[in-house]
Amino acid sequence: MTGTRPTATAGAAVAAAGVEAYPRIVATLIRVTGDWTLAEDCAQEALATALERWPRDGVPANPGGWLMTVARNRALDVLRRASVERRKLRELAVLALTDPGDEPATEGADLVDDRLRLVFTCCHPALSLPDRVALTLRTVLGVPTADIARAFLVSESTMTRRLTRAKARIAAAGIPYRVPSGPALDERLPGVLAVFYLLFTRGYDADGEPAFAEEAIRSARLLVRLMPARSEVAALLALFLLQHSRRDARCAPDGGLLTLDRQDRDRWDRVAITEALRILDGVTGDGPYAWQARIAACHATAPSAAATDWPAIAAGYDALLGRQPSPVVALNRAVAHGHAYGAAAGLRLLTEARAGGGLDGNPLAIAAEAHLTARHGDTGRAAALFRQAAAATPSATERAALLERAREVAS
Amino acid sequence: MKYLMFVCTDTAPDTDPTPEPDIHRWVAENDSRGRRLTGNVLAPVAAATTVRVRNGELLLSDGPFAETKEVIVGFDLLDCADLDEAVEVARAHPMARQGRLELRPFAELPDQQPA
Repeated sequence: MTGTRPTATAGAAVAAAGVEAYPRIVATLIRVTGDWTLAEDCAQEALATALERWPRDGVPANPGGWLMTVARNRALDVLRRASVERRKLRELAVLALTDPGDEPATEGADLVDDRLRLVFTCCHPALSLPDRVALTLRTVLGVPTADIARAFLVSESTMTRRLTRAKARIAAAGIPYRVPSGPALDERLPGVLAVFYLLFTRGYDADGEPAFAEEAIRSARLLVRLMPARSEVAALLALFLLQHSRRDARCAPDGGLLTLDRQDRDRWDRVAITEALRILDGVTGDGPYAWQARIAACHATAPSAAATDWPAIAAGYDALLGRQPSPVVALNRAVAHGHAYGAAAGLRLLTEARAGGGLDGNPLAIAAEAHLTARHGDTGRAAALFRQAAAATPSATERAALLERAREVAS
Repeated sequence: MKYLMFVCTDTAPDTDPTPEPDIHRWVAENDSRGRRLTGNVLAPVAAATTVRVRNGELLLSDGPFAETKEVIVGFDLLDCADLDEAVEVARAHPMARQGRLELRPFAELPDQQPA
């Protein structure tokens, strides 16, 4: 069982194995015992045991299988100590996990990975959206409660209570531990992807939790492996990779935020972009994430801001608005048309987007009007609009960038 | 799992002009599949009586206990595998569009056998 890797890397090996093994262990133990807390506790304890033993005994040949065995035995210990008759049945079910490491459960004709069940349960529409995001972070991705609490701007004890309540609701409301099939899957998948998208933006926002973007990419890779036939899932991964490829270039040395046209494109992550473009080649659908990814790819492949293929981006937003009408998409479409066909065209579509509602006082809409107005030649009005946008934005880094822009156009 | 489904009115009914599902067909289908155990339409709230006992004294009052614009106009007792099945049943009820439906699972008490 012991391998030959040096013990100095044992901690890293636990972390690496945990990434794959944690959700699988939690998902499997929830399916078998129906007890979310037991499943999480046992998965945590397996990781803690590995941290203690692997440096001493070496990293096992099959780290994931080792962790699953330890977690399973821990679950058996806990269940054996419980006297209630119903627990006896669960104990039998846990014992039946003979090859716990790599045996997918079967449901009908389809192979259903336990982790996918967990994803669909954590992202069930009968849970509130913040609960879905928090549960997914904690249970699917194993993010410590303290880190989730920080991102939600609440105390750790508040987040612990929220997670406990959400798990209790799953049981009490009768939310099934199942991946829906047929038309129900088509209906539910967008909601699941929306949770991961929110997770990503939570990491990508200027004042967000950067690790969440990595977590979102990791989970999108997992979803692609679990649902290879769904092109929207692949499109979502491509979109994440493209946006994330700019993570180093978008921050100025002073911590400020740089818009696309001011970023040093040599600092874009070419490996991530290449991977995303390869994934996007296989995406034939016209879902909202496919169009968002294609738009992001236009930016990623432009040699410079000036050489951006704006008519292609404008056409992408036309298609996206048809698939997913929203005030923000209408706003971005106006910006794209402004670049492709002149500031006047952009301002016209911006007026149209505002008439659709939902953009009153929106700092992005004000900033977009400021940019278009500046390019239209009315610098005085543009500077005032940049200052207005700065006052409206909740992000300190974005505020600084907008105020600098106001000074530039005024000078 | 058993769910008591409250059938309620809503101040913002659906504006979709397509015809609503037929209630008799809904009842017949769910009864035959064993997903609906019983149910009924309730008399108007004017017929309701609220009962309280305080310090041994019986207090009766007319009308419902809470004055709201949305009122319970009926109920159905559902027996479904899980919430997803209960939602499938509820969404096909005409009042999902005319009003709204609230699915309340029976509480699973510690000494109770699992449903």
